[in-house]
Formats: sequence, structure tokens, C-alpha cells
Amino acid sequence: MGASELSSIGQSVRRKEDYRFLTGTGRYTDDVNHHAQTWAYFLRSPHAHARIRAIDSSKARAAPGVVAIFTGDDLTGVNGLPCGWLITGTDGKPMNEPPHPVLAQGKVRYVGDGVAMVIAETLAQAKDAAELIVVDYEVLPSVVDPAGALKSGAPLIHDGAPGNRCYTWALGDKAATDAAFAKAAHVTQLDIVNNRLIPNAIEPRAAVASYDRADEGYTLYVSSQNPHVERLLMTAFVLGLPETKVRVIAPDVGGGFGSKIYLYPEETAMVWASKKVNRPIKWTCDRSEAFLSDAHGRDHVTHAELALDKDGKFLGMRVMTTAAMGAYLSTFASCIPTILYATLLAGQYTTPAIYCEVTAVFTNTAPVDAYRGAGRPEATYVVERLVYAAAVETGIAQDELRRRNFIRTFPYQTPVALMYDIGGYDACLDEAMKMADVKGFAARKADAAKQGKLRGLGYASYIEACGIAPSNIAGALGARAGLYEVGQVRVNPTGSVTVFTGSHSHGQGHETTFSQIVASRLGIPIETVEVVHGDTGRIPFGMGTYGSRSLSVGGTAIVKAMDKIIAKGKKIAAHLLEAAETDIEFKDGKFAVAGTDRSKTFAEVALTAYVPHNYPLDKLEPGLDETAFYDPTNFTFPAGTHICEVEIDPETGVVRVVNFCACDDFGNIINPMIVEGQVHGGVAQGIGQALLESCVYDRESGQLLTGSYMDYAMPRSDDLPSFKVSTKVTPCTHNPLGAKGCGEAGAIGAPAALMNAVHDALAGSGVKYLDMPASPHRVWQALQSARP
Amino acid sequence: MSNSLSFTVNDKAVSAEIDPRTLLVEFIRNHLRLTGTHVGCDTGQCGACTVLIDGVAVKSCTILALQANGSAIDTIEGLAAADGKLHPMQEAFKDCHGLQCGFCTPGMVMSALDLVARHPGADEAKIRAELEGNMCRCTGYHNIVKAVKQGAAAMGK
Repeated sequence: MGASELSSIGQSVRRKEDYRFLTGTGRYTDDVNHHAQTWAYFLRSPHAHARIRAIDSSKARAAPGVVAIFTGDDLTGVNGLPCGWLITGTDGKPMNEPPHPVLAQGKVRYVGDGVAMVIAETLAQAKDAAELIVVDYEVLPSVVDPAGALKSGAPLIHDGAPGNRCYTWALGDKAATDAAFAKAAHVTQLDIVNNRLIPNAIEPRAAVASYDRADEGYTLYVSSQNPHVERLLMTAFVLGLPETKVRVIAPDVGGGFGSKIYLYPEETAMVWASKKVNRPIKWTCDRSEAFLSDAHGRDHVTHAELALDKDGKFLGMRVMTTAAMGAYLSTFASCIPTILYATLLAGQYTTPAIYCEVTAVFTNTAPVDAYRGAGRPEATYVVERLVYAAAVETGIAQDELRRRNFIRTFPYQTPVALMYDIGGYDACLDEAMKMADVKGFAARKADAAKQGKLRGLGYASYIEACGIAPSNIAGALGARAGLYEVGQVRVNPTGSVTVFTGSHSHGQGHETTFSQIVASRLGIPIETVEVVHGDTGRIPFGMGTYGSRSLSVGGTAIVKAMDKIIAKGKKIAAHLLEAAETDIEFKDGKFAVAGTDRSKTFAEVALTAYVPHNYPLDKLEPGLDETAFYDPTNFTFPAGTHICEVEIDPETGVVRVVNFCACDDFGNIINPMIVEGQVHGGVAQGIGQALLESCVYDRESGQLLTGSYMDYAMPRSDDLPSFKVSTKVTPCTHNPLGAKGCGEAGAIGAPAALMNAVHDALAGSGVKYLDMPASPHRVWQALQSARP
Repeated sequence: MSNSLSFTVNDKAVSAEIDPRTLLVEFIRNHLRLTGTHVGCDTGQCGACTVLIDGVAVKSCTILALQANGSAIDTIEGLAAADGKLHPMQEAFKDCHGLQCGFCTPGMVMSALDLVARHPGADEAKIRAELEGNMCRCTGYHNIVKAVKQGAAAMGK
């Protein structure tokens, strides 16, 4: 059998995890129940900003079934929640990092801020008791919009953050950028709002915490994307417990999209309380509660400028952004609008001078953190909206202006810190234009016009930095953790293989993709490979799943561990075959003496490692179980072009996506079916942002107005078309898989492509500018206002 | 009103005395421990809790368990054959990659069964219109629509 017959790399292997999900036998956190379990309910602030004068829990404590009630003052020995990334401002000072208490202390700072945890025998009893808690609030003025929070006289949210400023940070050469603008033939300017979003994984957050006096150990089941990070932050920073006493299990997780990366107050309080009450405690977030308390995404206000010469070459870009942090710094909040945003402003273009300044502000809202794409959709939106506008203003065709500025020589050092290793931007643009039948667009537009409809075509040529991250670079930029990944490959005595990975899977299909890599490389049937993730008790360590890093970083760690397995296997085989180790080749699941037909199968070598009767015990340990920590040497740079065609009914303002085409370069692909699925999902979220979704807080009261699926417009099946997706491949140069990452591309490219299409459709009607989402109301109003 | 409940779930007779406030989904998940039926919202919007009641798709968070008295209920756990072989609609979801995180999947499959029973030969537009009561955040619906079509064909619908 040849290698190609054994290898499933590049094949759409159907997913191993699907059987349990399709038969109702998946195990999500809310499916976990313990003997003698209690229920937690969190009393939350109804005010956006208020001082807590007093809390009277006496009646509640006496209510039926109540086990315990804890408020912020009761959480002795519990530190605040940490932020994982320290940003240093333009003034050379560290960011303002006010405390993030697990339960409110003295003040509440957003609607939904946790005030008390009620633990009772049943959930209904916990809820009933919470209603009996009397909180005496002194309501304070609040501010929910990022620009408003910076105005003088704005309510002060934290004493430790004057002017509500977290930091002002900058990247790029300001003088060179100013000089570029001074010599520009044309300058395009835009004021852009990147609308605030609520991630809305369909499984709400949930946790079950328990304490065992027998071993003084805690076990936490939690709906999380990275259980080891959860444990690290919780033990080392908040509760002061040794890692050995805390096991965190993230079982099946029903979607994350960033919102389940973070250490949240609820599970932290529950772990602490599980010892106090000496009973397991369960909490499952209501959807209404999720809207209020999950970390949100985006929420930028930006002024952006692009300088061009007379031939349409980009000379410089200047970007000034205000980014909301919400009321407290969530785990990775500070790095999203800086490290993951400004560094991507070169896009696919040779713009030689770029300067970006970001001011992060506290607002009386839920915390803001990474949401699918995390900084990169915001950057792409700025770049690609500017490019669209510049093309319109200069009269250069959309594709032509992009082509005039594409980077074509690699490696390429951008003026905003990144070094692109490889890419092929023309290929994706060409292919996307074919897929979108750009040539036929004029005729379709004319046909639509006959029906009284407005058609538009929009491009987005995006880039993202994935494979996060080289730890030393991240550390120099303020990361407080390493960003490697861990893979352990355990070959069992009979030759089956258990893979332990730090990359958690919550929809991405790691159990299948990683099995394909292992089966192909070791030449064994895919059925004999088992992938274990999401349990600090079983997996050595891990940094988790975010930033499209699982394959390029987590997958590479597994490859590195397999390299060690194969190297040891060669030593064992050399002994068995009485040959020199250097003469042993490993191919198609066999260790063979080169140039002979003498060989040992992978299973024979595995058995020998565990039954070492005929074994070089003086030189080699028994067993076949290897671990690798892989720290990447660079980011990976997936890129592509998305083209969207919309049709607008000017009578109603309804925007219909009639065609969406994506051509992406994710490097080498292991499972095309899974990759396409990732693009579909990302594009749907991107279209969601551009067309439907928007988180709205009332400016006066600070109340969340979009607090349910009746008010927050999630994309539904009838809002979306089927998508056309394809890929081009330039393999990543610095990991052995040649993989770049595919999880976020859709959400990065789609918003700009769609909004460019909307502007293209409305251009003839005199509409100059629209922010997302392009809702019927907003489009219709813009059309009315533009009427002469 | 009697608090006595009696119905069948996946062809098995179930009887219980319950708190009359108990929602059907709570009864299925917490009393019967059939945790394949999920809860994704609290406003009857997401459809993750969809089951069949006498063959009709119903969001089980929107009715009390007692309202289903005397009916025949099917949940996702009852679809596969006794030997574990997937139902053609389940098989189609797997084959078309119509699921990612799996959380909306049970509700989506149950809705799909009701859909194809009512609309044999449904085209993409019909499938999309009929599935709008079931939210998925992972797939963008693209492969779910494909799966429903393929599943319907496999079922002879």
C-alpha cells in the first residue's frame, strides 16, 4: 500500500464526533449532574452604575432551601480577575487596570454586574430567595458609548482610571505617515463605527463546581474554550490554590466564538464556594443572562485616512480608534484593539507608512473581548472600506486599485510589525471574481433596475494573523502568558494511539482532523486514533482554542510529538531487526531496513516497547509515549478575497445577499469539508454583523435594549444564501503542516465585502455612508435623506 | 388540575407526579435524563429544545409537561435504530457536515423530520423558510439545508 492510499490528508473524512451529537449522547456541562448537587443563581445589578449602600440578605437566608448566600464582601481571600495582556501606553506607562471583583464590591458598573450568589437546593428556590435580597443602590450617572466616555464631565467608572481611559497606545511611524500624507495626490477619509456584537454561542455558559474533602481537590466542569488557561488564571491569580488541587473539565462545548475563552466571575465564585458549602454547585446561564454577562465583541469608533499618489498607489494610512473595554478588563480585552488590530492595517497592500493610535475606554456595559476574528475584522473593515471609497473617488476599478497595491514579494515586512511569510493575493482575487461572475454583473444590475431594485457588488481582500503566537514576541508586546501548544501522543501496547491535545474542540472537528494527521503520519487506521481534549486532569497542558490556532500550533505540537515517537520507534526496530538505527526507514506504518524487505510493523514496535523482553534496556526506556510543546516562530497569514452581491429594495430598505463568494488561502488543508464549514459559519457571522446584529444599550439608562433573540437579530436560515467557497494554497513556510488557520476568515472578510456591496448599490441614489448593520430601517432612512 | 402525567417518550410509557409548573423540556432533561434535548434560550426562539409531539415539531420549552399528557413524544435519543444505526436524516447531517458544535443539532434534526413530512420535495427556499425557528451559530445553515434535502431524499420524501 502506498502512502497516498494510507493518507487521509486532504480528504473530507466524515467527523468522528458526529455520532454522539446526532444521537443526543453528547455531554455538555448542563448535562452533568452530581449527587447532592445545589444550584447557584446570581443576583445581578439592574443599574448601569450605582453605589451599593447596603445589602440585606437576612430574609433571603431564611427562605426555603437556601444553603448559602455570598456577596462581594464575603469573598475573603479571593482576588480580582486578572487581565492577561499588559498594554503600555504612548506615555510609557502601563495601562490602567482597575480591580475586577468576582462579585461587586461597593459599586456596580453595568447592568448584569454580579451582586450576590444564592445557593439553594433547587434553582427555583435560589431564584425565589434572590428576590428577597434587598440592595440599597445609590444610582449614579452612566455612560455606555466609547466616545461619550472620553468626554470631559463623563461619569467616572473607576477611580483608578481617570477620564475612563484604560490606555492610549500607538503603532507605526507617525512622522513618516504624516510625510506621506503631505505629498499625497488624493486622501480618502472615513468615520467608521464597528458595531458592538454579542457572540451568542447557542449553548449558554454553564458550570458545575465540586469540592472533595478526601483529597482537598476541586473539580470544575465549565463550558470553556481553554480549560488549562481557566485553571491557571483561577488558581495562580484569583484563588491562590495549587494547580494540583483543581481539575478543570470542558466537556462538549456548544460553540465559543471567543466568548468562552475567558475566566468569568461565576465559575470562580462557584469553585470558591464549593468548599464553603461542601456540596457540588451547578449554574447554567439563562439566555437573557448571557446577553447581559457574556463578554461582547467589537465596539470601535474610528477615523481613518488613506493617502494615494496620482497612480493610485497607497502612500500612507492614518487610523485613530476609540475602543470600548466595557466596565472591567476581560481576560484578553486589552490586546484585541491593539496587538490584534493595528498590526493588520497593512492588509494585503504595500502601504509604506502606517500610523495607528488606539484609546481604550471603560464604559458602563458588559466587558468587551475577543469575538470571532478579534481585532482583525475591525482592521479589515477599516482597510477595505477605505480602499472601496478610494476606488470610487479616484475612478479606479475596485479590483484594479487592489492589484496596484498588492504585496507580491515574500517574506514581506509591514510597517506595522508583522512579517508575512508567504501569500498569493492575485490568485484569490482572480478566482473570487470568476466565482462571482463579475463580468456578468452589469447585466444583472440592469435587470434588477428594471424591477426597481438596486444591485451592488463589494470586495474585501483581507489578511489575518493567526497561529498565535511566538511567545517571545507576544511577551515583548505585553502577553502575560506563553502562547505555545501541547500535544501528547501515547502509543498503547497494541498499537492504538491516544492523542492528548491542549486545543479544545467546540465545533471545529479536532477529533477528526487531528486523527487524520496522526493516522496518516503513523500509517495506522484512523479508527485506532482517539483524540482527548478539554481536561486538565488528562492533558499535560494547553493554551486552548482561539485565533484560528488549533491546526497550525496545536496540530504542529502533535506532529512534533509523533516525530519523537518515530525516532524512538526506529531505535526499537533497529534492535529487533539487528540493523543500524540509521538504516531504519519509517514508511506506511512500517519500520524497515532500507533496501531490504525486513521490517516491523508499527504495532509490533509498540508491543515491544511495552513488553520489552527483547529490548535495548541499557540504552532505551520502555514505553512509547511522547509529549511536545510547540512554540511557533511566526504568526501565520491566511488571506483571501470575498465578493458579495446584494440587491436592495428601495421601497423597503431590505438588503438581500444574492451571492457570496469566498476564495481563501489557508495554506495546506487537512479536511476540506471541515474547512468549508468553518468558512460558511464565519461568513454567516460576518453577514450577521453587517446586516442584522447590533448590541444596543440605552444611552440614558444604560439598560441593554437588545437583551433577547426577539431584539437581537441573529442570522436565521432564511436570512442567508448558500455560499460559494474555494481555496488557493500557498503553504505556510514555518510549520511542518504548512497550515495557516481557517476559523475566523469568514467573519473577517464578510462585513467589509457586504458593506462595500451595499454602498455600491446605493451609490447611484446619492447615499454616501452607512454604518453596520445595514438594516432595512437604516437603509430606507439613508435613501430618504439622500433624495434631492 | 391533576398533577399526574402519563405519555410515551420514544415509545416507552412514562408516568409521574410532577410540579404542575414543570416545562416539558425540564421534564425530559431533568426527570428522564434525556439530555439530548437542549435549552439555548428562554424566549422560545432558538429551537434547540424541539421534539416531536404526535409527529409534530414543538419547542418543548414553550409548553408544560402536563399539556403533553396522553401524547406520543419523540426525542433525538429515539431516532437511531436499536442497533445504533443512524436514521437517514441523522446520516444526512453527518454526511453533509450539517453540524459543528452539535448543540442546536437535536432540535434541528427533529424540525427537519417535521419539515419533510409536511413538505415532501421541499426546495432550498422552502427549507430555509421552514427552518427559521431553529438557530445555528456554527454552520451558516449552508450544510444544514443540504442535509435536509439529502435526508428527505433518503427517506423517500
